[in-house]
Amino acid sequence: MNMKVKIAGVELNNPIIAASGTFGFGHEYGELYDLNEVGAISVKGLTKAPRAGNPPPRITETPGGVLNSVGLQNPGVDAFIEKEIPFLRQYSCKIIANMAGSTFEDYCEMAEKLSAVDVDMLEMNISCPNVKAGGAAFGTNPDTVFEITKTVRKYAKLPLIVKLSPNVSDITETAKAAEAGGADALSLINTLTGMAIDIKTKRPILANVIGGLSGPCVKPVALRMVHQVYNSVNLPIIGMGGISNGTDAVEFFLAGSAAVQVGTANFTDPYACVRIRDELKEYMKAENIANVSDLTGQLIVD
Amino acid sequence: MSYEVYTCTLESQKEIAPNIVEAWVVNAELAAKAKPGQFLHIQCGDATSMPLRRPISICDVQGDRVCFIYEVKGRGTKSLQQQYGELDILGPVGNGFTVDNGKYKCPAVIGGGIGVYPMLFLTKQLKGAVAYIGFRNKDLVTLEDEFNKAADSVTLTTDDGSYGVAGFALEELKKDCETKQFDIIYACGPKGMLRAVKAFAEGAGIPCQLSLEERMGCGIGACLTCSCETTHEGTDKYKRVCRNGPVFWSEEVVL
Ligand SMILES: Cc1cc2nc3c(=O)[nH]c(=O)nc-3n(C[C@H](O)[C@H](O)[C@H](O)COP(=O)(O)OP(=O)(O)OC[C@H]3O[C@@H](n4cnc5c(N)ncnc54)[C@H](O)[C@@H]3O)c2cc1C
Ligand SMILES: Cc1cc2nc3c(=O)[nH]c(=O)nc-3n(C[C@H](O)[C@H](O)[C@H](O)COP(=O)(O)O)c2cc1C
Ligand code: FES
Repeated sequence: MNMKVKIAGVELNNPIIAASGTFGFGHEYGELYDLNEVGAISVKGLTKAPRAGNPPPRITETPGGVLNSVGLQNPGVDAFIEKEIPFLRQYSCKIIANMAGSTFEDYCEMAEKLSAVDVDMLEMNISCPNVKAGGAAFGTNPDTVFEITKTVRKYAKLPLIVKLSPNVSDITETAKAAEAGGADALSLINTLTGMAIDIKTKRPILANVIGGLSGPCVKPVALRMVHQVYNSVNLPIIGMGGISNGTDAVEFFLAGSAAVQVGTANFTDPYACVRIRDELKEYMKAENIANVSDLTGQLIVD
Repeated sequence: MSYEVYTCTLESQKEIAPNIVEAWVVNAELAAKAKPGQFLHIQCGDATSMPLRRPISICDVQGDRVCFIYEVKGRGTKSLQQQYGELDILGPVGNGFTVDNGKYKCPAVIGGGIGVYPMLFLTKQLKGAVAYIGFRNKDLVTLEDEFNKAADSVTLTTDDGSYGVAGFALEELKKDCETKQFDIIYACGPKGMLRAVKAFAEGAGIPCQLSLEERMGCGIGACLTCSCETTHEGTDKYKRVCRNGPVFWSEEVVL
């Protein structure tokens, strides 16, 4: 069985990618299993300068889902380059540097820096709901998505993945804009904006009031968006949103994903990435599928 | 490696006070690794509807058995109470209390409400502990005999005076400071109590460790959702309760 996939020229040992923000820089899950087992790690969203993040509480559970408002706490791109790349490079999994900025210049500067170091792909997060400046504001307007992709493209010497926001009325418009701007791949979805209220205190549960929803409850939305985007662009798609088992992963492949990311499921089951890969293999065995890439877009709509 | 996901036999669950459940699980490895102040990250039921585990402190260890006591609060703990057979537990997680065998000659242990439970395991590992345990009322009093066995002396308080000494446990600790030379204070309880303990200990110049609570995702340090504010600057401003804590030296945290 061939689990290898190629995304924008980069070959992954298998199509399971740990989703940004749920896996840190790999240290903690690396204490539980060999990181060679995952295809790639999309690291915690990096910003130009270090960021302390939002005040707590930053997370709560809602039926079938998780709301978070971490607010991009990270050590900054320079510390990532110096301290984290050498650690991750001990493993065969690919490194996806996830970038978040407040201005076009932030993204350009990070893309330039990261293109000069030993990472494999860049993932431009223009859809983070948890920061005030930039973030989601860039990801919801197709014209801005086109402009920012085109601008950052010039500085990115590595394959550039644009991570799309689900908080839009028509995701195919932002997807097409990213394609026209020169993206090499698309990843979707980021979290859906949401909130939770404590009726006893009459206050929002998250200190940031609003957070990003992920987990099993967003899966139907994510799947629909992957399906629509697959039918409207010619770029490889990295699908995500609520994937927690092999069946979920297969659904995302059928809808058009070339690889998938696993986020919230890591919290439920720290071994989720490995388990989902194995369950995907079982499906392939049962269905006599030799290459996992043969599954991409095999949805039958009568 | 310290933590692991264990499938534990759920030996018993018993309501020991209104909405307070004492649970015992069997797992030799988990029991062998557990240290006071560490917690268990427990899958409380159907993972699709409840993607997050719930953090519950280790209350006691006997042989290959581990005890935790929890208050039935919301969806997770309600579902946990219905479980039987086996439990999926990630643990032991976190940075527990500094016991430093013999270093502290006169340790004070203070627990309030659900913060009393983790202090039993700690008290059992200390020599000469002076324990202060506070409950809201008589109905909620638990572990009295266990503390009496484990500590040199125990002061039990209830907020409403329905049992033991009326008032807050910290007030009793403060009074005893006139006669006792505590060289460390260990505390766990509601935020208001921890704030008061911190202020008192720092004022009196007594080293103090606090066990904090925060909402959590991964439980192992990867997701940065469980942050508490510290006195550090920059990216160290928020630390991870699940990994850097849940136990912190009082000077390090802002409550
Ligand atoms: C390190 C640590 C140790 C703990 N030890 C104990 C213990 O020994 N006994 C005990 O009764 N309780 C303990 N708690 C509190 C316990 O985790 C919460 O009461 C429990 O998670 C509530 O879950 P729920 O589904 O019943 O409530 P819900 O309100 O329905 O939970 C919704 C979400 O919020 C989280 N949450 C709600 N309240 C808290 C809280 N106070 N702390 C952390 N997360 C919360 C839940 O985990 C869940 O993700 C501890 C908490 C921490 C952080
Ligand atoms: C706690 C948490 C932190 C996240 N941080 C980031 C981030 O820094 N950058 C990013 O692009 N996405 C971030 N995400 C979004 C995830 O990468 C993913 O897009 C989303 O959670 C949907 O997938 P899931 O349902 O499998 O979690 C975060 C998600 C969670 C739950
Ligand atoms: S719960 Fe994930 S870092 Fe603490």
